Amino acid sequence: MRVRVQREDFDPGAEIAALTDGRTDIGAVVSFTGLVRARNEAAGVAAMTLEHYPGMTERELERIVAQAEDRWPLQGVRVIHRYGTLYPGDRIVLVVTASAHRAAAFEAADFLMDYLKTRAPFWKLEDREDGQTWVAARDSDDTAAERWRNTPPESA
Amino acid sequence: MRVLYFAWLRQKIGTGEETVSPPAGVRTVGQLAAWLAEQGPGYAEAFADPALIRAAVNQTHADPDAAVAPGDEVAFFPPVTGG
Repeated sequence: MRVRVQREDFDPGAEIAALTDGRTDIGAVVSFTGLVRARNEAAGVAAMTLEHYPGMTERELERIVAQAEDRWPLQGVRVIHRYGTLYPGDRIVLVVTASAHRAAAFEAADFLMDYLKTRAPFWKLEDREDGQTWVAARDSDDTAAERWRNTPPESA
Repeated sequence: MRVLYFAWLRQKIGTGEETVSPPAGVRTVGQLAAWLAEQGPGYAEAFADPALIRAAVNQTHADPDAAVAPGDEVAFFPPVTGG
């Protein structure tokens, strides 16, 4: 399964191995792991609770992965996103892309993260030293996702 | 019509899910949001600023002018912050 939404932790090395074992056509694997930071906007973060929209989340992740596969020649993709309560240092998200060449793998991973941040229905509630705060969406994330819209797939 | 709320909208409204029967004149996401805003103080607070709210119809992102019909699953939520 290339998309998973789960409470449990994941093992990036095992996911990469699962994608590449026995394959001789893959020349590049890029992985991104997102972690919970202990500070956000200068406030200490004790814990973070990720809420999501069961059903839509999986559909939206599949949709985003399908768009990446349309734009780049990928031989494998994995997206894992956790929900529930996480603590500083915990892994939140994993994106793995495999391709014959590195440019496609790097760009597809970047694209997947940008779209995940702006399209996948997750919301973060932080327990901070100044109280509970819903993390606000960043304009910079919208700008990052927007640049792909203005970049024709062939540039890959 | 099934309506879902997430994150701070759910907290302000006090429920994550309900079944509603809006009047026949409510035909779009924006009209539904405006009608819901009249259903109580929590709703009014949650829907006070339409610019802060996103929606999905049947689990697909939808603009304020997207159509809604009885039987649809409509969700309202703040801009997403995954990743």
